[in-house]
Amino acid sequence: MTAALKRYGVGILAIAVTVVLFVIPLLFMALTAMKDRREANKLEFSWPTNFALIENFQEVLSARRFMLVTAFINSTILTVASVAIMVILAAMVAWVLQRRRSRWNPLINFLILSGLIIPPAVVPTIWVLQGLGLFKTLPGLILIEVAFGLSFCIMLFRAFISTIPRELDEAAVIDGCGPVRLFFRVIFPLLRSVIVTVIVVQSVAVFNDFQHPLYFLPGDANATVQLTLFNFQSQFTTAYNLLFMNILLITIPPLVMYLFFNRQIVAGMTAGAVKG
Amino acid sequence: MTTNTTVAAPAGRTLTAAAPKRRQRKSSYPYWFYLPAALVYTTLFLVPTFASFFFSFTRWNLTEFTWIGMDNFVQFFSEPALLKGLTNTFIYGVVTSTLKVVLGMLLAVLLTSQIIARGYLRSVIFFPVLLSSIGVGIVFTVLMDPSRGMINEALAVVGIEGPKWLTDPAWALMSVAFVDVWKGVGLATVIFIAGIVSIPQEYFEAAKVDGASSFKSFWNITVPLARPATATVIILSLIGGLRSFDLIWAMTKGGPGFTSDVIASVIYKQYQAGFYGLSTAGNVVLFLIVTAVIVPLSMILNRKEVEA
Repeated sequence: MTAALKRYGVGILAIAVTVVLFVIPLLFMALTAMKDRREANKLEFSWPTNFALIENFQEVLSARRFMLVTAFINSTILTVASVAIMVILAAMVAWVLQRRRSRWNPLINFLILSGLIIPPAVVPTIWVLQGLGLFKTLPGLILIEVAFGLSFCIMLFRAFISTIPRELDEAAVIDGCGPVRLFFRVIFPLLRSVIVTVIVVQSVAVFNDFQHPLYFLPGDANATVQLTLFNFQSQFTTAYNLLFMNILLITIPPLVMYLFFNRQIVAGMTAGAVKG
Repeated sequence: MTTNTTVAAPAGRTLTAAAPKRRQRKSSYPYWFYLPAALVYTTLFLVPTFASFFFSFTRWNLTEFTWIGMDNFVQFFSEPALLKGLTNTFIYGVVTSTLKVVLGMLLAVLLTSQIIARGYLRSVIFFPVLLSSIGVGIVFTVLMDPSRGMINEALAVVGIEGPKWLTDPAWALMSVAFVDVWKGVGLATVIFIAGIVSIPQEYFEAAKVDGASSFKSFWNITVPLARPATATVIILSLIGGLRSFDLIWAMTKGGPGFTSDVIASVIYKQYQAGFYGLSTAGNVVLFLIVTAVIVPLSMILNRKEVEA
């Protein structure tokens, strides 16, 4: 009897609390994005009397000469390129690091941990980028995201590679595989599941990144989606419907990722929780 | 250390010893695999980090610099606006981290117990982790509007007069911290769930047979055995909390005045104002704080784990 009470009572209470704390704010965002300007500015949690979903959508897209469209293109290029580079470089490092013991390993491990902990130095990074001619360019930002994301990827890959038996490498070597073929044809395909995890977690991170585009890729023509929000915030202070429509639009890619890769996202983010 | 590795190295190579001599020198795990990653990491992370130590002692406009010694740091610790950022960084880090640990642990216990709708609860609590900080910040800025915001209107219905949240200097930083917890508690929860699920069920059964209350088995079994998860949550949320910038920038921009500034927002403000040397000094201070907090803490958390 008490077990049933707990099962349903506590469960229903928890549902009620999460609806208030989590569902209502998200619903508020979606509803405001569907209202017309006058109604949205009342900031009320109510069903829209005058649906303006399509109009808001069009207006947000075309605002400031289709800046949001440009931003979506920029963000897509940034995310795809940086995650692809990150995955390949990190897997290469993790594989050699896990397989080959050398006196360099402690130093490399130290550098990987540093990458997770140390906050990047902003202005000196700009200074370096300027020296290379990459400041305010998309390739520059792509390399920045790669540099800051490598540590996390290497940790995940290394943990997974330690579960692949060495005998496999040896068999391939005896069959005459060179290191490049061994890695790209034999090992890399075996990493598939962890690669999916890394791709999903890092693409959400890069897509949602605000600070690095703000510093290293300023300018309207180069805006990424997170920066459009920031730019619209000042422009749309009197048009919450458009601001919220913008938020809604840039929430869709992570939402889709979550619907399809729920398990991988959680796996990637909780890695290390059990073993420490 | 070096003797260790020189002993270990031949042991690793015995496998290829049977192969012809040419093979022996060429490992199947070539060092040049490190090269591309090392190049990017060194140029864009290590070089700027080392350069920051030098430039923090200068007045700097990216092309020319003059050495001014400790002036930047003196200014950092004497100007009230900058000092406030320093203390706020600690407060913000500790508050968000503590709340995430406590709430995350409780939610994880709840979600691993036999209640209905666990799948829904887990999804809805985790989802904000994937949202953009700026988006969340803007939505909550609207919800926390002192007169028209939903939060205060809801509190008014119950007869409570809510604080002015983001516009009240005493509440601004805490308000942002609450939103940070709202957004991040899902991650802490799934980490704790992973930790709790890995505890062998026999312990709980044995405790039940011995007549332990559910609180007792939580305190004496779950808490100590979920320690690796706790350590992960503390370290991750502290690193995030001490470095946090996005939410604060989206919600208050450090205001009102500079009452909710943290070091990361000070760095940005000084950069915008063109004080590159001072901004870099801020980076060095942040670096020192994060290292001074995280390194000893993770050593303590990991050491005790070995003892237990």
